[in-house]
Amino acid sequence: MSATSPPGAVPSESKSWTLRLRQAIDRHLPMDHLLPDRQPYYVGSWVYVFGVVTIAALVWVIVSGVVLSFMGPQWWHDSGLGRFFNSLHFWSVQLFFIFMVLHLWGQYFMAGWRHGRAATWMIGVVIFGVSILTAFTGYLSQQNFDAQFIAINAKDAMNSAGAGAFFNVLNFGQMYGLHVMLLPVGVTFLVVAHIVMVRVRGVVKPIDAEGGARP
Amino acid sequence: MRSMGATQEEYYRGVRMVPYDLVKEVVLAIVGVGVIAVILGAILSSPDVPPVTIAAWAQQDPIDLVTTATSELAGSSTSAGYGAPYNSAGEGQSWGPIAPQKWFGARIPVDSANTFVIQPLQRASFSNTDLGKALSTWQGATADEQTKWLDAYGKALPDATVSDGKVAVATGDYGPLPVMMANLLGVAQAGGLDGLLVINGRFYQTDYTLPLLFMGDGSYLSGLADQAHLTGSQWGMMNETGSYPGQTWLWLYTMWYQVFPFNSDSGFIGLNAGNADLGIIILMTLLTAALALVPFIPVLRDIPRRVPIHRLIWRTYYVPRKSPARRRN
Repeated sequence: MSATSPPGAVPSESKSWTLRLRQAIDRHLPMDHLLPDRQPYYVGSWVYVFGVVTIAALVWVIVSGVVLSFMGPQWWHDSGLGRFFNSLHFWSVQLFFIFMVLHLWGQYFMAGWRHGRAATWMIGVVIFGVSILTAFTGYLSQQNFDAQFIAINAKDAMNSAGAGAFFNVLNFGQMYGLHVMLLPVGVTFLVVAHIVMVRVRGVVKPIDAEGGARP
Repeated sequence: MRSMGATQEEYYRGVRMVPYDLVKEVVLAIVGVGVIAVILGAILSSPDVPPVTIAAWAQQDPIDLVTTATSELAGSSTSAGYGAPYNSAGEGQSWGPIAPQKWFGARIPVDSANTFVIQPLQRASFSNTDLGKALSTWQGATADEQTKWLDAYGKALPDATVSDGKVAVATGDYGPLPVMMANLLGVAQAGGLDGLLVINGRFYQTDYTLPLLFMGDGSYLSGLADQAHLTGSQWGMMNETGSYPGQTWLWLYTMWYQVFPFNSDSGFIGLNAGNADLGIIILMTLLTAALALVPFIPVLRDIPRRVPIHRLIWRTYYVPRKSPARRRN
């Protein structure tokens, strides 16, 4: 606020970054779009459930993963409770991928990228890829026979692409750090961006004569 | 918020809107998925086959461990001739001018002979006069002598016998190798080699590159993996130990290893089993990019319109004359 502004005056839009950001959010994502209480009648299809249950599975992946990371990587090998939380993590990941693939195929056959939603589709594919990398580092972090053999086998693929020089699958510390911090943060950030993009534009209309399948 | 030049309100103008409780749906989904995950976890548990140690390898298959250690000394093991990122002894995989394995050099240097054999023996030679003498003999020998001993010992090992955990070969001129290998085997069977390869001069450690490379050079661990259906030719990347699902989402990546040209020695346009890893990574990168760019690829983006699955998904919309609003969209 400038020194000449009267007390309580609202800064002009051109000067206040805060006000401009708030106005942009209000303009692009008002609360009734972020948390809608009405939707087009065709949203009642069961296919829309796949996106929601994918997010629900991700919630359980994160919750169980936070417990496992808090207790340390050895806990689940030595404790019944730890084994249960590892099992919860394991099956949540399996469900996450099942639901995500169903969501992906559903969106493909709905041509969900139409009417300006191509970026939403593309970020979804990136989420799929980063999730695979996250799960891969999780399998490498298991500290069991499976993790050993995956590491020995996977190093050749990573090395062949030059990635092994920086992404050493034989280095447990590096894989564990990526798995519990950097990659989950990446997945979560991308999922939030994906959801915001869906809420900003709303769900796409059914395919009919008006639009074909172009973006 | 503009799509097709319209705000969301304009986009949905004329479309019948119905009550919808997003928060309730999300909460119910979290509870429902949580119940399923808890039931699956409680009933089916999760896989956890204990890791293989070098000690177990040395106890269960001492000939394989000694054979592997001998190949490390001879420079004929997989890791010794691997190339980047461990050393410069091999070319690595390439496809024409595309050779990313070589681009970054030996960023994780591993000297197989010294790391897996000589250095552990040097540490074990304290107060062990026989081993100390054997090491001195080995290090004082010419390269030709070492090669002669290694060649003879390597030829004798396939007929070796095991007695009381010790490996015995037919009488021959092996120089100091029998003493060195007997001591290395003893250290490994006692669990010392597991620790020596991991610690590698540090106290805190989280890097298992060295013991995993050493075990990967042997055939004991890969034999166990074969029994568990984990190897590449068994679609192993998407398998888990036991009957648990593994990384099933890698099915397409795994599939390429089973088919031509990636399972062929002769191959096609330079792609074959020898550079299958690189070829498949390139292929999967292109396919992933294509998936991301589906909205812009004419044939792929038109399939949903031609395949009437969308009519099942939105069947309420496509029911004739059910919704007058539809005609105004």
